[in-house]
Amino acid sequence: MTNKTSTRTIPAPCPATCDVAVIGGGPSGLAAATRLKQLGINSVHVLERESEAGGIPRHCGHPPFGMREFKRCLTGPDYALRLVQRAKKAGVQIHTNTSVVGLHKAGKLTVTNDMGTSEITPKCVVISTGVRETPRAPRFVSGERPLGVLTTGALQSMIYLKKTIPFKRPVIIGTELVSFSALLTCRSGGIKPAAMIEPQDRITARSFCRPLPILMGVPLYLNTQIVEIIGKERVSAIRLVNAKGLEQTITCDGVLFTGQFTPESSLLRMAHLNVDQQCGGPIVDQFGRCSDPTYFATGNLLRPVETAGWCWQEGRRTADYVALGLANELPAHDQLCNVLSRGPAIKFVVPQVLSLPLGNHGAKTLQLRFSTTTTGRLSVRYGGKTVWSRNISAKPERRVLIPIPKDIKPIDGASLEINFDD
Amino acid sequence: MQNIQSTQHDQEMVYDIVIIGAGVVGCAMARRFSIEGASVLIIEKAADILDGASKANSAILHTGFDAPNGSLELSCIKAGYQEYQEIHEQLQLPIMKTGAIVVAWNAVEEARLGRLMDHARTNGIEDIELLTAKQITEKEPHLSRSARGGFHVPREYVIDPWTSPYAYLMQAIENGARVLRNAEIKSGAFDGTHWRLHTPHDTIRCRTTINCAGLYGDHVDTTLNGKSSFEIRPRKGQFLVYDKAANALISSIILPVPSETTKGIVVCRTIFGNLLVGPTAEEQESRNDASVQKGMLNFLREKAEQMIPELSNQTITATYAGIRPATKSKDYQIQHDVDRHYISVGGIRSTGLSAALGIASYVYDKYSNAGYKHNVPEPLNWPTVQPIAETEPRDWSKPDNGGVICHCELVTRREVQQALEGPLAANSIGGLKRRTRVTMGRCQGFYCSAQLSEMTAGKFDQPLGIGATADDK
Repeated sequence: MTNKTSTRTIPAPCPATCDVAVIGGGPSGLAAATRLKQLGINSVHVLERESEAGGIPRHCGHPPFGMREFKRCLTGPDYALRLVQRAKKAGVQIHTNTSVVGLHKAGKLTVTNDMGTSEITPKCVVISTGVRETPRAPRFVSGERPLGVLTTGALQSMIYLKKTIPFKRPVIIGTELVSFSALLTCRSGGIKPAAMIEPQDRITARSFCRPLPILMGVPLYLNTQIVEIIGKERVSAIRLVNAKGLEQTITCDGVLFTGQFTPESSLLRMAHLNVDQQCGGPIVDQFGRCSDPTYFATGNLLRPVETAGWCWQEGRRTADYVALGLANELPAHDQLCNVLSRGPAIKFVVPQVLSLPLGNHGAKTLQLRFSTTTTGRLSVRYGGKTVWSRNISAKPERRVLIPIPKDIKPIDGASLEINFDD
Repeated sequence: MQNIQSTQHDQEMVYDIVIIGAGVVGCAMARRFSIEGASVLIIEKAADILDGASKANSAILHTGFDAPNGSLELSCIKAGYQEYQEIHEQLQLPIMKTGAIVVAWNAVEEARLGRLMDHARTNGIEDIELLTAKQITEKEPHLSRSARGGFHVPREYVIDPWTSPYAYLMQAIENGARVLRNAEIKSGAFDGTHWRLHTPHDTIRCRTTINCAGLYGDHVDTTLNGKSSFEIRPRKGQFLVYDKAANALISSIILPVPSETTKGIVVCRTIFGNLLVGPTAEEQESRNDASVQKGMLNFLREKAEQMIPELSNQTITATYAGIRPATKSKDYQIQHDVDRHYISVGGIRSTGLSAALGIASYVYDKYSNAGYKHNVPEPLNWPTVQPIAETEPRDWSKPDNGGVICHCELVTRREVQQALEGPLAANSIGGLKRRTRVTMGRCQGFYCSAQLSEMTAGKFDQPLGIGATADDK
């Protein structure tokens, strides 16, 4: 029920207990919640800190979204709306403007909204807080700190949600998929980027994105890095350097830092849950169970970064595992086999542990990312034997999947080792 | 509660006191003179208060244990420290009672500990205590084991570097002071009894002028008196801020053994729940170049990880630089020209936050010794200032907060609205950040920029949004 006399949306009161609380109402969280209801779980509550559920796609006013989920090509906001409608129809309770501020042992959550703080103790918690981009500060970019330095997320919410622009001629830093989303966002806001900058010798996103800057008349500088931001009140220029050490200054009124996604795991870091320093997300087993098995993690929180469709699918699978867990049908979380990666080329591996014995359920693959463009032999060793190997050609930010060996017998203290020899 | 009209500058008025510069020293000065009954106008050249040296410091309330023996700086720090203790509860200003450990990381530094402890005792800081490497590890288990020894200074504390001066000025306002921002002094003349000061938009008359212009103190002296007894030598300090999870890695302020020129790189918790590393000490010509440099930031990170190895796993949420108004002298430069009704408060280098209240009392004493007296307001008004420190219950935990806008720092809609209202309403995004902490967290505005651009539309000289999106139909 909404109170029509108030300008504020009064959030629905959070229950003191429920079957499942889902933290974060983006594609993975909504998919998990919807699926849980479909599986017959009684009370499923999504806690969403923004004023509307839907997650990052809400800010991406361009296609393509929804091929996997709705069998059609939608813009981000339409897709987000459909996810929300589907969840509500399934009986999911969505609490917007509601922030989770503390995770405690055995699933107890501290929650705040316009009514102040309260506590919820669900039987099980799904964390699906997604990712954020790396802003300027942790990138250590030199220079003054003028207005006009943003991330794609901030730009998109300004343009698509508030119809306002922060600059007219920015330089876009990065060439991930999101960087091209930023390019499209600029176009729809009437912003003409001055350049697109990439430190490597090729774009990070897949090659279908390559013609976009040319079509939009935006120069793409490869082998080029940002050296300094210039400007007192607002950005007036940036200084760049290429691989040969040649510098140039580009006049612009903004700098858009795109991508370099990092899991939004701050809540976990401040709580009792273990975080994997390599990928930035929680340490999970093949079911997405965290170090406190009352908590499950799903979607981009697990690792940076996948498409909305991938996260949606992950959310659905996680819901299956949660339902099994509620029915006490998951293996215990006490016999764990660590998954270790060797060699500097491998950026991270998810899941980080396997609960043994492996049954029929749970993720069937390990997800890897490489930090550089490289070719070599990827192999999996367990108990002193190579159990899987393959030659691969890897690029940064591209998904690499390894099948989880089906026949892992518990060996005391043994780890699954992922090796890469170039 | 005063209405806004009465807090604005009145061209007809002859003020007892005009204070030039609304940094921490100017705000404390306004408070002191207002509560002594003087009519006060404080003018600031920037769009908002605390926009110069005061916007970037390490937020430590120093005891003065390492200040030069017998210096004016030491006596102002001690008096400021004392007064802060006395008034902080009434102004609802938090104190985080961390204590500090001066840590020696090599044999040379270790050899200097004894002399530093003697120095501290000479300064009247008697409760210091020598620590062995083992005792340091017991107190700070995450600190690198390469610490060789040190000493504990139990009463070095962490405070809120922005709410404190804001509260001083709010108390001044509630006791009759007025504030004029965007008002740079262009010229001025003294006619034997009154000063007439000119800013681009206003003429101001007063009986006494107090120069608290910080980084521009010597310039203001020269503008008004044709000369200055000191010369500002700007010293830049760069800082790193780690995310809140890093806050748990230490409990005390970790101080290095100071060198002749600087206190060195400090690691401390902030009252907002982060971990701060800095500052560097870089002499420069510019008084407004607060740029950060990648090389220096990397140096700070290396230094921090040497001291606390686990920081290598922690996220950095912010980098910034501040400029300290040093002079060639090691002491504060406070001069009272009784004949010209002029007081210059200069060279308040890195200890301004600790010493501000003490400096204000010292200056007031000089002033009243020259024969001035006012009627102390009865009753004295104490403002209510919303705490934004993590040590206090924050607005998000209270009903009717309007919901959280900035998720990283848990800033509510009500907090932002309040900061945009009243006699000291934020006039810039910097001012809004200092009042509320919006956009200062790990995402640096990823989530809240759009909402903020809407809420602040038409309120800032430099708006967040510069126009509407082009019609793309």
